[in-house]
Amino acid sequence: MRPAALDRRSWREATARRRLAALLDPGSFVEWLAPASRVTSPHLATLGLPVAFDDGAVVGEGRLQGQRVLLAAQEGAFMGGAVGEVHGAKLTGLLRRALRERPAGVLLLLDSGGVRLQEANAGLVAVSEVMRALLEARAAGVPVIGLIGGAWGCFGGMGIVAGCCDALAMSEEGRLGVSGPDVLETVKGVEELDSADRALVWRTWGGKHRWLLGDADRLVADDLGAFRAAALELLAAPRPLELETLEASHRALARRLERLGGASDAREAWRSLGVQDLDQVAGMEPEQLVRAEGARRGIR
Amino acid sequence: MERLEFEVECGSGAAAAAAAPVVVGVVASGNLEVLVEQGAPAGRCRFSVDTSVRGFGETWRAVVEDFAARQRPSGLVFSLNDAGATPAVVSLRLDQAVEEFRGARR
Amino acid sequence: MTPSHLLDALFPAGHAVRVDGPVLAGTASGPTGVVAVLGTCGAAEVGVEVALRLAGELLAVLRAHPGRPVVFLVDTRGQRMSRRDELLGLASYLGHLAATVGLARQRGHRLVAVLFGDASSGGVLPLGFMADEIHAVDGANPWVMALPAMARVTKLPLERLEALSRGSAVLAPGLESFLRLGGVDQRWEPPLAPRLAAALQRPSGPDARDLLGHQRGGRPLAAEVARRVAAAPGPVGR
Repeated sequence: MRPAALDRRSWREATARRRLAALLDPGSFVEWLAPASRVTSPHLATLGLPVAFDDGAVVGEGRLQGQRVLLAAQEGAFMGGAVGEVHGAKLTGLLRRALRERPAGVLLLLDSGGVRLQEANAGLVAVSEVMRALLEARAAGVPVIGLIGGAWGCFGGMGIVAGCCDALAMSEEGRLGVSGPDVLETVKGVEELDSADRALVWRTWGGKHRWLLGDADRLVADDLGAFRAAALELLAAPRPLELETLEASHRALARRLERLGGASDAREAWRSLGVQDLDQVAGMEPEQLVRAEGARRGIR
Repeated sequence: MERLEFEVECGSGAAAAAAAPVVVGVVASGNLEVLVEQGAPAGRCRFSVDTSVRGFGETWRAVVEDFAARQRPSGLVFSLNDAGATPAVVSLRLDQAVEEFRGARR
Repeated sequence: MTPSHLLDALFPAGHAVRVDGPVLAGTASGPTGVVAVLGTCGAAEVGVEVALRLAGELLAVLRAHPGRPVVFLVDTRGQRMSRRDELLGLASYLGHLAATVGLARQRGHRLVAVLFGDASSGGVLPLGFMADEIHAVDGANPWVMALPAMARVTKLPLERLEALSRGSAVLAPGLESFLRLGGVDQRWEPPLAPRLAAALQRPSGPDARDLLGHQRGGRPLAAEVARRVAAAPGPVGR
């Protein structure tokens, strides 16, 4: 267990608002459609469910080491950070604004199970609008960076949104996928995936695995400062939406499928990638793993 | 869901200095969010509660009256979205909210 | 509607589209020349292999035929749900496919999607729902989750959910709902070819699905919320 004193620095334990405040230069955050605007979900109200004044999405602008950035933070504790009509429209509006204003970048603090089933159809359309707005911002040269380390991970349609970003930073505790463990077990049965097997869940969706495969560009500790540092690095190294970059991504994903397509488990995949000390991966601190892999890949 | 409204005397304490609205807490099972704004007459405060648990109006009244007597949040309006928080959690969030509004945490 | 019936109806002047398992790819004669055709059939589950093939076909069009319009034909029951796909990073493969469609738009390719079967979740998001215009023909069935499964996940009683979904564009699966939400533009009746020709010749514009959803009464707030965030005044001096 982590010492309690460190938990105040934990990204996972922090609320969406706390994450934003810790990421940005002090006092620089300006929120749009803040809670006092009371733009809440009409659909949750119809179902007799509690609403939140921000519908679980905090959007606005601020300064990151002086650079102007636009940001959205999903609050996982409210409806699992899931995307309904209002929540999704706030993200879309932010990305459309980025297209017009060309800030230094957009940071998406992702913490979401995907489409909010209580607003199912509207949520699905909303996610597709987020994707289109995100890619239009990228096509105009605005980098979009995803940060994943919340308790809800990043799943469903929001997992695909993450896959549309220039780059991702993840903590070991962060999880990224499309169908999450609970959905897989419910739909395909416990033989396909036992969602109670924490180690298996971690090896399939967790930050270390995603980083080793190349889905995540930075692996960081579960620490507010570590995410801030990673966001700064990634903003400085955008991956523009161009034919050459997408062809390069395509080759990398094709190669991954060739090398790892037959792997039955993460350990087999890591072995194929040449990762050493397979038994040590789970216990290593993120910085240790990054250093060890860096050294190994450098030598090769 | 149930909507509850309270307006409570909270003494003749000075009205809070002008400040931006503040929200604390998150709408999650057993938790609630509290939004604090100016807008009530001096010497009074108002509470607007949307709660997922019906039939606890008198408990809510006791909690907000106790809070008003303790903190004297003259002139303030509190809007709450509640997903079944206990009275202790409600009191804690109200205290956090008014303290943050007054800038005690800065 | 079968893929070959659909292709004959959309492209009476001829088409050369291969059906290779779940993937459709090829070319056809459009109103102003050759168009590329790309899609899935048989209620395809889109896993890592299918996503990569679709992206590869589209990248080849971008490389070899700048500006060529692309018609997406959509029949998918969603992302493939398997531990293997998740292990391999399905989010990255679907994201890559969506990014490829985004690049096609940026490079001036006109993109029209035709839903002709299931259109669900992770299958429709990275291809069909990324088009400039999204239309539906007989048999189109967009959906997120069947009501019984939705009842389990949301813990709302099935009877209540069924009652609520009647008349609710947000909850009821099917084309009617997605038309009202603005997620699908039009339902096309035969003859289909002139409909497609008109869609291909309209100029591309910004994403207006939220406005459509507002006009049709399915999404009361999305357009206004997005507009307010996109246009909110910044701090003084910007």
